[in-house]
Amino acid sequence: MIETLRFWAIVVLLGLGVLFTFVSTVGVIRLPDVYSRAHTASQTDTLGAGFALAGVAVAFGWQHAAVYTVLLLFFVFITNPTAAHAISRSAAETGVEPILAAEGEDGNETEGDAETDGESR
Amino acid sequence: MTPVPLEDVFLAAAALFVVLAIAMFYRAVVGPTTQDRLLAVNVLGTNTVVILALLAAGLDQSWFLDVALIYALLNFLMSIAISKFTVERGGVL
Repeated sequence: MIETLRFWAIVVLLGLGVLFTFVSTVGVIRLPDVYSRAHTASQTDTLGAGFALAGVAVAFGWQHAAVYTVLLLFFVFITNPTAAHAISRSAAETGVEPILAAEGEDGNETEGDAETDGESR
Repeated sequence: MTPVPLEDVFLAAAALFVVLAIAMFYRAVVGPTTQDRLLAVNVLGTNTVVILALLAAGLDQSWFLDVALIYALLNFLMSIAISKFTVERGGVL
């Protein structure tokens, strides 16, 4: 009974990890600029790796390997948002411009940009 | 009692993570800026850590977790170092 429960808990945790990593991979491949990609790439670090490593920790049970896994999970949780922040900041400081809503096809800010363009000319 | 052995579940999940990591190589190759490539390599490193942990559970080799811990450390250091170098020197080289 408890083995069956543990088996299905592991299957659900690993399935959620694979699902969030899949969503993040699709986002990194298809989103338009660096900042939106950084937003969806840190999702694989927190949710995808978090669920998968939690599944591994449940599988190991009460032994020292589970302590290693929880330590790894804690470390991934701390370091990867920091790394994503550093990458985004270096993109901002080297002059990569974000794609804003004003450059889109509609919205009030497009009219505002058109007015300032007219004044500058 | 369980429909498939637990080791097969871990190996199948590791195979799916490998497929997703190979798909992530697209952004590492074509990414227009350096930060795109760095971001893709960072996500690849996280995927590698997860794959190592899944193999540690699937193959019952718990020393793989030590390798995964060191790999997570080096991955973090690489991201921080390259993003610092691209700001202060305009490139890694």
